[in-house]
Amino acid sequence: MSVSFLISQAKGVQKVIDENSAEIEVLDQKIGDGDHIFNIQRGLKLVVELEDAIKDLPLSKALNMIAMKVLSGIGGSSGALFGTFFMTMAKSSDLDKDVDFNKACEMIISGIKAMKERGKADVGEKTMMDVLLPVSEKLNELKNESEFKPGLNEVIKIAEERMLSTKDMLATKGRASFLGERAKGHIDPGARSSQLIIDTICKSVINN
Amino acid sequence: MKKFINNNDDFLKESLTGFGKAHSDIINVNLDPSFVSRKNKTKDGKVSLISGGGSGHEPMHGGFVGHGMLDAACPGFVFSAPTPDQMQAAAEHVDSGAGVLFIVKNYSGDIMNFEMGAEMYSGKNDSIITNDDVAVEDSTFTTGRRGVAATVLVEKIVGSLAEHNGSLEECKKLGEKVNKNAGTMGVAFTSCTVPAAGKPTFDIGDDEMEFGVGIHGEPGRKREKIQPSKTIVGNILEAILDNLKPEKNEKNLLFINGMGGTPLTELYLVYEDACQILQSKGIEVTKSLVGNYCTSLEMQGASITLLKCDDEILKHWESPVHTAAMRWGM
Repeated sequence: MSVSFLISQAKGVQKVIDENSAEIEVLDQKIGDGDHIFNIQRGLKLVVELEDAIKDLPLSKALNMIAMKVLSGIGGSSGALFGTFFMTMAKSSDLDKDVDFNKACEMIISGIKAMKERGKADVGEKTMMDVLLPVSEKLNELKNESEFKPGLNEVIKIAEERMLSTKDMLATKGRASFLGERAKGHIDPGARSSQLIIDTICKSVINN
Repeated sequence: MKKFINNNDDFLKESLTGFGKAHSDIINVNLDPSFVSRKNKTKDGKVSLISGGGSGHEPMHGGFVGHGMLDAACPGFVFSAPTPDQMQAAAEHVDSGAGVLFIVKNYSGDIMNFEMGAEMYSGKNDSIITNDDVAVEDSTFTTGRRGVAATVLVEKIVGSLAEHNGSLEECKKLGEKVNKNAGTMGVAFTSCTVPAAGKPTFDIGDDEMEFGVGIHGEPGRKREKIQPSKTIVGNILEAILDNLKPEKNEKNLLFINGMGGTPLTELYLVYEDACQILQSKGIEVTKSLVGNYCTSLEMQGASITLLKCDDEILKHWESPVHTAAMRWGM
């Protein structure tokens, strides 16, 4: 993981989220309040715009700047959760040495753990954690493998299955929780956007 | 979408700047990070009250900054929770040393961002969470009820106690009591349109209403055909009374809140219907509040809040207040 990797991933994710924005917006309007996609899009735009400011910085400083930008520029649940994710990654030790796959996995795992604590949500509650937590577990299995690309295909599969599984769940966290039974039958918008982010990044890593 | 708007990116900034100019005798507007604070510095020894939330609920919360109510308010983007740096900056700006009480509506984004703001603020602080909306049944399947219009009452009543030198602990205790004593439920006849979305948040038929709607247009208990006001008001009150179970001799405040697109004429009609129904059940209405206080952009509809009042609550309800949206006794 490097600063240029972060920038190129942010651009790739931005493209995919923009292409799927109408779908996520509809999902959020069905069960949430319709702000999720705008928050995600605003956050990605802010991060992509940071390119000139962070491209020559050490990784820890760049992650910190991304975290503060996400935290102060987005708002809503997404801002707090993704801000927490980047802030936790920025706090990892030894970031100025080479960050290999193993180290990157550990950073992502600790970031997702912090998100879980911030949002107080677990698997089965119809939130983005339904996708992120199983992905984190899989990364934990994969992190020490020398040949990790086949594993990333499994990560893509897990993310998709878990995203789809939110459709029949009863929401118990997030805004959809206020709907009770009426939230059933719709995929959680946060789970969908998280799955798209994971899908995009994994595919990019596999193909490079 | 037909709105007074120049471009989406400047929508909130332009509105906040106008708000600041229109009420420059009472408040200051700080941009980047944005917060509204009292024109006059918080007096030494007074607990500071800070609230906030997504914009689009005006006059909540900026309209409640001023003597007898809030010390600062942090507006987020439309229907999106504000960010932790806003809460931190507002707290640093207003705290006179007696501590800060954050008043937060129970929505996950608000809770998370206020929590982070509170962690980032080094001074003494505490929080209360409002959750007065009875529309969603409490069950093992819900994280809890939404915080809606009763937040206005909490801000007024706790604001008065803070003005009368109540401690941080006392303010928190009173706020929790007011929240516990209040129940709210709303209905919507039309959707609202978030400027960034450009189209209505939900589709609703000309003859339909959303019963138990949230203040972001999020669905409530059920979608049903529109009925005469007395029937709607009766059904809302039934849900509230089921929950609050007021005693026959207890005093109550009845708050009819407009969602933004319903004229006052109708809100007063709702008040009359509610008074009659409550009277027929032997429930005494002692205090009233009618108007657009906790809105949902241009949504047509209203919510009803009933607050059970003891002497402490009544005293702090009546005490003077001087804000952009609520003013009496001074």
